[in-house]
Amino acid sequence: MKILVAIKQVPAHDSRLFIEPTGEWIEENDLGYEVNEPDAYALEAALQLREQHGGEVIVMCAGPARVSSTIREALAKGADRALHIEEDDLRHWDNLSVAQLLAKAAQTEQPDLVLTGLQSDDLGFGQTGVIMAELMGLPHATLAMSVEVVDGRLRVKCELEGGWFQYVSMPLPALVTIQSGILRLRYATLMGIKRAKTKEVRKITPAELGAAGEPGITLRRIYAPHSLKQTQMLAGSVQEQAAQLVEKLKHEVRVI
Amino acid sequence: MPAYRGTDYLLLDTLLSEEEILVRQTARQFVEELLVPVIKDCYNEGRFASHLVAEMGEMGFFGANLEGYGCAGMSNVEYGLIMQELERGDSGLRSFVSVQGALVMYPIHSWGSEEQKRHWLPRLQNGRAIGCFGLTEPGFGSNPSAMATRARRDGGDWILNGEKTWITNGSVADVAVVWARTEEGVRGFLVERGTPGFTTSDIHGKLSMRASVTSSLTLSDCRLPESARLPGAQGIKAALGCLSQARYGIGWGVLGAASDCFETAREYTKVRKQFDDRPIASHQLVQEKLAWMITEITKGQLLALQCGRLKDLGRIEPAHISMLKRNNVAMALECARISRDLLGANGIIDDYPIMRHMCNLESVKTYEGTDHIHALVIGERVTGIAAYK
Ligand SMILES: Cc1cc2nc3c(=O)[nH]c(=O)nc-3n(C[C@H](O)[C@H](O)[C@H](O)COP(=O)(O)OP(=O)(O)OC[C@H]3O[C@@H](n4cnc5c(N)ncnc54)[C@H](O)[C@@H]3O)c2cc1C
Repeated sequence: MKILVAIKQVPAHDSRLFIEPTGEWIEENDLGYEVNEPDAYALEAALQLREQHGGEVIVMCAGPARVSSTIREALAKGADRALHIEEDDLRHWDNLSVAQLLAKAAQTEQPDLVLTGLQSDDLGFGQTGVIMAELMGLPHATLAMSVEVVDGRLRVKCELEGGWFQYVSMPLPALVTIQSGILRLRYATLMGIKRAKTKEVRKITPAELGAAGEPGITLRRIYAPHSLKQTQMLAGSVQEQAAQLVEKLKHEVRVI
Repeated sequence: MPAYRGTDYLLLDTLLSEEEILVRQTARQFVEELLVPVIKDCYNEGRFASHLVAEMGEMGFFGANLEGYGCAGMSNVEYGLIMQELERGDSGLRSFVSVQGALVMYPIHSWGSEEQKRHWLPRLQNGRAIGCFGLTEPGFGSNPSAMATRARRDGGDWILNGEKTWITNGSVADVAVVWARTEEGVRGFLVERGTPGFTTSDIHGKLSMRASVTSSLTLSDCRLPESARLPGAQGIKAALGCLSQARYGIGWGVLGAASDCFETAREYTKVRKQFDDRPIASHQLVQEKLAWMITEITKGQLLALQCGRLKDLGRIEPAHISMLKRNNVAMALECARISRDLLGANGIIDDYPIMRHMCNLESVKTYEGTDHIHALVIGERVTGIAAYK
């Protein structure tokens, strides 16, 4: 089975973020990067499927030169080879154009299964995998807790609200978006890191893929959320304070 | 506490390759997830985290800078970064890995017969076998060349007699690299667990390196075949060659302990408030201590990195490694003491790693050549006069 995993590089999860003076993006200098967490689980799921059924795991990552560290880590964990879609300025691409880019790149591989994370830790759209599936004409499932191949079909356990699960069966090829925390992640061993050096990383540009990146959505401004919490001190005697409090709870907060 | 992200004041990561950073990341993750949650209990109970041996083998930590026989073939800088991350967890775990790789696998790799290499290296590499290194004796510590342990030929065999002490991993080892005086000079032997006449006993009452096993080895008329001798190890120089490997790793390792102390103190002093509700980090004397520590850690990092690059070029000298070991251990110990001070009373309890690092570093100052002995090595290097003789 040929499994393609789309992985994204995002700012490290506890980074202190500063907004650029233009207000359009965060300051990227001095920022640490890591693999998007759900994508790490997508890779783990792919590696385990390969261990069970044989085949090949290919990772695909779009971004500037720095994403090579994320690609290298995936290769060190055991991916067989990688596809690096070189694009310095992905922040100006909306999720439709990113999905178009990834779908075109994926089609050059004709995979049996495409795995992505359910969403990215930085932008959090939760759209990329689903749009890719639509563009590639593949059946898809989202928020997957486990992926099995049974008699040539996929059996996927998906998470619903409130502790409910859904089991979906679908034919291959297909695309599944993976939930975080569903497996124990393996470490990149030192031997794996050494082997990664000799693995193939195919580089390709959006132009070569014929992907334009003309966004329909423009990111205008980013800002830290404003705190809406306020503290009011009530004055007067205890009776007066209690009366004011009841008044507020009734008419301002409307909880009694 | 936020996740540990190391200490890098001078953007020294710009001097590391992507691969070196990945090696450090994977070792850091391993320590953070598997050692940090258990080390306090291990230390308090005087117990080595033996459940991590197989996993460390799988990670490739044992003999990581050796080539072949299943070893990871890392560069010396990568090896150093691994030691740094392990000792950020605990000096005891780093000691285990140092002994296994630098003091047991290295001599077998360098001076062993092909048969010895094929037999021992793969199983030491994957952690299915544990090794120890017996050089120090009750009467000879800093001056091992005067050792009293003897090996004499008896037909085709050797008979060993003597006692070794302060031996890390001694009682848990499947094989001991034992150094003994023969009529032909000092020689190294591989003594397997269970060999008649070979016994071990643990040293108890340690207030340092509590999460590491330290033992005495007794050899009484212990008969070994000629095939148990390391054929290439000629003279005390071979034993000292192993020590150079291990000391190099220590010079990196203690940077991890120093960084853990510093980062703990940095976080603590920003949160702890005294006098007018100000964080103690806003007081000038506290800032001076933090400034001293970060400066010394940064200098220590540069020293370690340059030694690593020299080692990879094949140009490092024992006297370089003496400077690395001596400076960085003393620096780390001072960082531990200052950090303890900055945490006030909280500094003495085991909710924080500082006191444990401090106690461990007292051992690290002594083993693998004491601070004094390395001063004398450096002194000899710059004057041509050997003061310890
Ligand atoms: C936890 C731990 C683990 C160890 N693991 C091992 C191991 O695995 N294998 C092994 O072989 N050994 C091991 N050792 C032993 C260690 O290497 C020795 O303790 C060390 O070499 C010092 O020897 P000593 O303790 O006999 O001290 P001594 O040599 O008696 O030194 C005591 C003091 O005298 C000073 N001194 C001695 N000679 C001179 C001189 N000429 N000039 C100036 N000062 C001098 C020393 O610097 C020191 O301050 C371990 C020790 C410890 C604490």
